[in-house]
Amino acid sequence: MGAEFVQFSLTPMLIGVFAAVACALPGNFLILRRQALIGDAISHVVLPGIVVAFLLTGTVAAIPMMLGAGVAAVVAVALIEAIRRLGGIEPGAAMGVTFTTLFAGGVLLLEQSDTSGVHLDVEHALMGNLESLIWFQADGWASLVDPVALAALPPELGRMATVCGLVLLATILFWRWLVMSTFDEGFAQAMGLPVSAIGLGLVTLAAISAVAAFDAVGSIIVIAMFICPPAAARLMTERLGVQVAWSVAFAVVSAVLGYVLAGYGPLWLGASNAVSAAGMIATVSGVILGLACLFAPHRARIGAGRSPDAV
Amino acid sequence: MRKSTGQATLALAAEAGRTKLPDPVPGDCPMAIRGLTVSYGEKPAVFSVDARFAPGAMTAIIGPNGAGKSTLLKAALGVIPRVSGEVRVFGQPVEQARDRIAYVPQRASVDWDFPATVMDVVLMGLYRQVGLLRRLTGAHRAAARACLDRVGMADFAARQIGQLSGGQQQRVFLARALAQEADLYLLDEPFAGVDAATERAIIDVIKTLREEGKSVIAVHHDLTTVRRYFDHVFLINVRKVAEGPVDEAFTEAALNAAYGGSLAAPYLSQLELAG
Repeated sequence: MGAEFVQFSLTPMLIGVFAAVACALPGNFLILRRQALIGDAISHVVLPGIVVAFLLTGTVAAIPMMLGAGVAAVVAVALIEAIRRLGGIEPGAAMGVTFTTLFAGGVLLLEQSDTSGVHLDVEHALMGNLESLIWFQADGWASLVDPVALAALPPELGRMATVCGLVLLATILFWRWLVMSTFDEGFAQAMGLPVSAIGLGLVTLAAISAVAAFDAVGSIIVIAMFICPPAAARLMTERLGVQVAWSVAFAVVSAVLGYVLAGYGPLWLGASNAVSAAGMIATVSGVILGLACLFAPHRARIGAGRSPDAV
Repeated sequence: MRKSTGQATLALAAEAGRTKLPDPVPGDCPMAIRGLTVSYGEKPAVFSVDARFAPGAMTAIIGPNGAGKSTLLKAALGVIPRVSGEVRVFGQPVEQARDRIAYVPQRASVDWDFPATVMDVVLMGLYRQVGLLRRLTGAHRAAARACLDRVGMADFAARQIGQLSGGQQQRVFLARALAQEADLYLLDEPFAGVDAATERAIIDVIKTLREEGKSVIAVHHDLTTVRRYFDHVFLINVRKVAEGPVDEAFTEAALNAAYGGSLAAPYLSQLELAG
């Protein structure tokens, strides 16, 4: 574990960790608000937005992609409302139809456009390109203090680290707002909290995480990281602060273990090729959730519903 | 707030016939409402309601199911949007009087599986003191514990809220409101689905509040306890039916008007009605 690790595995692993943590943090609150599928929805809806942004600008840059994703989200909300009202269809079905249709549209658009020069095709949209985010200039741990080598770090690393830091900072700064408006919105509003803005802010934060992570690791891991680590963490504790800490730990373990298993697991089993890191990370997070369901100390509470005598 | 044309029409209808502004609301009036209309669709849930609650009183808001009792409370607080109407709390707009109001929502309105302890919930009542970022100190925890003590729940401080009975959950909500040290307490169905011990504990706390000069307004559904628990009533069925001291306003005529004559005579005779 030396030069080769730093060059080929360190940066993808870190990007995976930052992406997983950035999604898991807002995921805690989305799950408690019963909006867990918003992460799923966002990761689907952003695809056509990102593709259109690429077609218009010709580059895979962060700002246009973010704008494209934002426009796509607005279009999605308008479509859901239109289907619900004009078609008289229940909101859940209207959302499902809209998200999958937009995602499918994005896939078709992607297939038709010439994106051969960049990391933007159907495979990357689903699974990202984690394995290719390597650090060519590195030749060992010493590169971590070598300014020339550091300048050649893949830009995804800085982007994902920034987003992760932003999400972490927002979670800490607005902790009381998030907790109070998630637990008891009416009370929070009576206290003078801007509950609508808090809800919108949370979804926006989730969207920023999703778009940044989508760029680096694809939509599979985005969906998994919004839900699996927080859901597993909920089963470990009855305190929200502790839950969020567990969710971060599970996200980190999923990213590191998933990356290692994808790269070396098949070799240990005698196969010759590595498997998709994003796929393996999502799988590991799912296994952690499964284990938590079976063995975690507070598993009895989740999904128990409201107290039986509540109306 | 976006208003549909139906809601705009409703607002106009609610305003019709009002030619002059009401008298200024004195600063000791805990809550005054003028022309409050709320609608979830085309049909109003609360229509053009005026109310003036008495200071230092315990007022029960009563009326049949769907009469707009909880809606009136929530709209007055700004928890749900109002189509029209004005609300004054101690003579001020409600937004400027938040420090003086404590609100106890319906117990069933939250998810009790939420990962929080009893202490966590009561500490939320101190939000106006600590704000977004100030640290919680030992003094804050001691204050929260004292509030739990008042409702007989001090031994449960470290318990996860989902492990409590319905009555215990209701008492935790009341303790959170006590932590706010408000002058006006608004309670939405505080006795719904609670055990007898909790009902007694809650009414004892409310009576103590009145002795301290606070005002209490509670949405209440059990007509048989109105006379024992409250000194004022406010009857509503979308529109205001009657308001005033129990001795004057809690009459058979008012109840028949509010409940559309659906209350049986033997039942009415048990209620120790006025007049």
